[in-house]
This record gives sequence, structure tokens and C-alpha cells, in this order.
Amino acid sequence: MFDQLDQIFVTALHWLVGFLPVAWRSLASSLLCVGFIIMVFPGLFAIVTVIERKGLGRIQNRYGPNRVGPFGFLQFAADGIKALIKEDIVPRAADHVVHFLAPVVLLIPVLLAYAVLPFGRNMSVADYDAGLLFFFAVGGAVELSIFMAGWSSRNKYSLLGAMRAIAQMLSYEIPLILSAVSVVMIVGSLNLLDIVSHQNQYTFGIAHWHVFTPWGLVGFIIFFIASLAESNRSPFDLPEAESEIIAGYFTEYSGFKFALFFLGEYLGMFAICGLGITLFLGGWTSPVSWLAWIPSYVWFLTKLLAIVFVFIWIRGTLPRLRMDQLMNFAWKFLLPLALVNVVVAGLWHFLGAGALRWLVCAAILAAAYVALGHTLMRRQKLGKRIYRFAD
Amino acid sequence: MNPLQFCLLVSALLFSIGFAGAVTRRHAILVLVGIELMLNSANLNLIAFWRFGPHPEALTGFIFVLFSMALAAAEAAVGLALVIAIYRHKKTSNLDEVKELKG
Amino acid sequence: MTLFLVITAVVTLLAAVAAMSLRNLVHSALMLAVSFSGIAAIYLQLNAEFVGFTEILVYVGAIAILIVMAILLTRSGETPEHSVLTSGWLAGIAVTALLFTLLGWAVLSSSALPAAPAAPPRVTVRDIGLELMTQYVLPLEIVGLVLTVAMIGAVVIACKEAAPAPAVSPAAKTSRPPTPAGHPAAPVPAPAGAFKKAGAA
Repeated sequence: MFDQLDQIFVTALHWLVGFLPVAWRSLASSLLCVGFIIMVFPGLFAIVTVIERKGLGRIQNRYGPNRVGPFGFLQFAADGIKALIKEDIVPRAADHVVHFLAPVVLLIPVLLAYAVLPFGRNMSVADYDAGLLFFFAVGGAVELSIFMAGWSSRNKYSLLGAMRAIAQMLSYEIPLILSAVSVVMIVGSLNLLDIVSHQNQYTFGIAHWHVFTPWGLVGFIIFFIASLAESNRSPFDLPEAESEIIAGYFTEYSGFKFALFFLGEYLGMFAICGLGITLFLGGWTSPVSWLAWIPSYVWFLTKLLAIVFVFIWIRGTLPRLRMDQLMNFAWKFLLPLALVNVVVAGLWHFLGAGALRWLVCAAILAAAYVALGHTLMRRQKLGKRIYRFAD
Repeated sequence: MNPLQFCLLVSALLFSIGFAGAVTRRHAILVLVGIELMLNSANLNLIAFWRFGPHPEALTGFIFVLFSMALAAAEAAVGLALVIAIYRHKKTSNLDEVKELKG
Repeated sequence: MTLFLVITAVVTLLAAVAAMSLRNLVHSALMLAVSFSGIAAIYLQLNAEFVGFTEILVYVGAIAILIVMAILLTRSGETPEHSVLTSGWLAGIAVTALLFTLLGWAVLSSSALPAAPAAPPRVTVRDIGLELMTQYVLPLEIVGLVLTVAMIGAVVIACKEAAPAPAVSPAAKTSRPPTPAGHPAAPVPAPAGAFKKAGAA
């Protein structure tokens, strides 16, 4: 019975598509899958915005929104209506075409990225042989839209915010991709479905998730931090922080275009969390074999919500990083650690099964962590204060 | 016209557009844009021959294009660094004004 | 030769023409990104998936942004009022037309081209990896070396030269050189050294 529940969406899709003539079936199947993604993930975005505001509120010892709907859970409807009816102000000096297209160009790659994520058993929209490469390729196209938004507003602060955001995203893309490379090395495939099925084995009841290995744990932590930076979330939200730069690259956007940017940012966050879950946390598999009867998509959603909860927790707890601290951290700490992680993943493969490889890999990674922390991230010695005047 | 001829014509047209831009525009960066278009047209040519040629399973054209993309990225980086260095020195990126070795 | 391939090719060519003929450089760079995406779509239709994804990753995700950053660093973001064409532009257009006529004639009248389209090849990433590691391992290593050299070279070329006068040395020591290749410099609001650098640049 639970198997049928697990495959309920797949059987529903096949049943619906079976009504059409054979020539139309693949197109209809693709359209239905796309419709599913467009319904589910913006719906999740709506719920997560409310959870985030209430969660942040509780961390800051206050209630979040609690007026609209039961315990404030219809706040997203109020926000949506507000965004739709607000006046759409475009600065007179702005480049109108590029200004209009920037939120659209943000949403398209972000939605494309969902096509390769496996949400459940047999539940991935597109099964590419190089699915991981596709994900990173469309992730790189997001930066172009940020530049379009920042430049077209003809506003110094927008341009500065856009440049900072692009620099941050480019810098953190490298540890992100390198931590994914260690997974690809061990699994031997860029196909996300293969990566999930590699983790779908159980030893003593515990699943072979990559996060339960030394290189997987470090890789997951690097991926997690880099995905915080990729989605411009605190503590890496300098490009869009209100106390720093008004609102960064979307300063001059109001009304629905701002809502589209907001939506694009959260959808990007879910997509990259989804990839982290697929690579390190076993995708739709359950952590213990005696809970494997729970449907696969429920596991994926649970893990996604858990990671989003940790994102919200980090946002409410940690202070913001300054731009140079952020870049130092990416280039001087995360990148060398990700490279060491790739080497350790190779060692893991060649040392063969046994306790030796656990000890060796964990020891190398701990040593690298300590060594990098002490050498490259050393705080600069503060000397005599130098006054720099604009002369 | 079979698909191979179509792809080759598209590639030839893209090459001509890139060449026209590289030869007629004054700004240094647009010349580099034209060069990137020409490189892309050559890659398209290679992939078209790989796909419709006699031995696609040998992957020769495919691998050639991967290396060509890597080298195009390297060349774009160095070319743009050169443009920035020239701008810093001559305060202009207009190629008509950068015609002397002196300075 | 499906309709979709023809439409994609037309969009790519129009975007390329726009990239080369627009007056505003940033618009031109964005149109270039569109033409790169069009070329990637053509690759995907020719069953070269890996190359298509790599094209988006390398060209749209990196080279287009590099070009945009260079446009901003050389202060060419504004639309120029004067003519954007160089002095010998008519001859350039004439040579281009001749070139395209020659290439087109060669393609259409060639008898050496294979006429029948083959079955689409199934290329897996594993095959590419095997080829790269067995038959093409030397070019792979050389390309790695070339990329390293190009990155270091671009940083060295674009680096600001050391300031000569000692009076401005604290400012010069603390100003970060702009490095577009691979390390896009964030032009953060920096102390006065950066203003001096911007004034001298």
C-alpha cells in the first residue's frame, strides 16, 4: 500500500496523460510536470515566508505576523495582494527594457533548475546524463540578471549592490562546485538519479548517505555555507541589507517586480537546498531502513523544510559578514578546504572499505581545517592608525 | 538543404557577423565580442560535422569543442585584461586612437 | 532540420547582429549573452548535451559577465554620441559580404559533405571522461596549464602598477588592484586611495 502511495503522483500523471492520443503524450506529460513544479514551489515559498517571519520573530523574542488568518499563516496572501496593487515605479533615467526584463531573466534559470532535481522515486522531470552540470550552468545565468537589475536602475547604490552580489556569487560558486565534484568522484556519474540511488543502500539499518562519511560531512558543510552565499542570505546578505546599501540591486524595484525578485530568491534557495539534499542527504531516501515505508516525496519535503529552518535560524542568529571578510572566507578558507576534500574523497575510494579509511580521512580533514584556520584566516595585526584623506 | 548544410550556413553567417563587427566597430571590447562570436561559429561548425559526419562515436569533434571553449575563456580573460590595461594607460578604449607604440 | 532548429538559428543570428550593431555597449553584451544561449540551444538539438551545458556555464555564466565587468571598468556604460564605426567600415562590410558569399557557395555546392543524416549518437559523460583520460590526456593537461597561465597573466596585466611617490604610499598599499579575470573586483566604497586610483585610471 505504501508503495502505491509513494508512486501516487507518477500513476496520476500516467493516468491523466493516457486520455490523450499517443503523439501528444510526451508534451502533455512535460506540461503537467512543469505545472506541478510551478504550483508546489511558489506555494512552498508562500508558506516559508510566513514561517521565516514568525521564526525570526520568535528568535528575537517577539511574535511574528499574527493578524491575518490563523496564527498569521495567511500573511502571504496579504503580501501578495499588496505587491500586486502597489504602484510600479520606474525611475525616469532607468533603462526601461532591461529594467523590465531583469526579474524575468532571474526567474527563468531558477525555475529551469528544478527540472533535474529528483523529488521522489521516479519523480524527476528531466533525466539528463549531465544533470548536475545543467544545474550549475543555469545557476551561473542568474548573475546576469542581477547585473541587469543593478545597472538598469541608474543608481550608484544599485550598481554597487549588483557588483558586490556578482562578486560574492562568483566567489562562492567555486567551493560549491568543488564540493559537488567530490560526490561525483565517488559516485562516478553526473546524473542526479544515480547519485541518489548510490545513497539508497543500508548497512545495519543506517543509510549510506554521503553526509555520514568524513568527506561528505565536510563537503556538506562547504555546500551549505556556499549555498547561503549563493542565495544572498544572512550572514552573506551584504548586497541586499537595508542598513548597508538600501536594498542593493533591487532598490528601484517596487510592486510586482520586487515580489518577483523575492520569489526568485526564495525559489533559488529551495533549488540549491534541493541539490544539497540530493548530493549529500540522500535525496528521497530515508535515513534508517525501518522508516523506508514513508513515501519518498515526504522525505524530500521534510529534509527541505529542515534545511530551510536551519537557514532561518542562522539568519536570526549570526551577524552579517563584511564584504572583504566574505571574500577572504571564500577564497582563503573554503576553496582550499574544498580542494583538500576532493583529495580526501579520492583517498577514501582507494583505501578500500574498513576502519582505516575513516581514521585517515577524518584526520586529514581535521588537520586541514585547523591548518587553514591558523594560517590563511589569521587576523591582521592592527598597527598605528593611518588617516587617509582625499587629496 | 540537409541539416548539415543548414548548420554550416548558420555557422558561416555567424562568423561573418562576428567578423563584420570586429572589423567595423571602434570600441576594443566590441572587437573581442566579435572574436567570441567567431569562435562560437567555429565550435558550431565542429559540432555539426561531429553530429552528421561518418564517425560520431569517436567523439573527436566533441572533445575538440570542449578544449576550444576552455581556450576561448582563457583568451577572453587575457584580452579583456589587455583592454583594461590600455584604458588605464591611454584613458580611451577607442581603437582609432590607440595607433602609436609611443607612450 | 526541424522548425525549432530554424527558429533558434534565426534568433541567434538576430541577437548576434544586435550585439555587433547596438550603440550601447551593455545592451550589446546582453544581446551577446542571448546569442550564446541560442547557440547552446542549437547544440542541445544536435544531441551535444554536454557541450550545450558547458556553453551556458562558460560563455553565459562567465564570459558574458567578464565582458560586462570590463565595460564597466572602462567606463563605457553610457551610450556614445559620436560615431561608433571605425574609419574603414565600408571596406569591412564589403569584405564580410564577400567572405560570406564564398563560404555559402562552398557549403552549398560542395560534394564532399555527407548527405544522409546519421542516427543521433548517444554520448554519455562516461564516454567523454574515458576519451579525455585515455586519448586526450595530454591536451587536457596542457589546457589546464594554459588556463592557469592565462589567469595569472590576466591578473598581472590588469594589475595597477605601483605608485611612484612616497606621499601617497599608504593609500597605494591599501588599494586593491582591479582583477577582472576570475576574481571580479567588487568596487566597494573604499578609502581615499581608491578615489585617487579612479582619478588616475
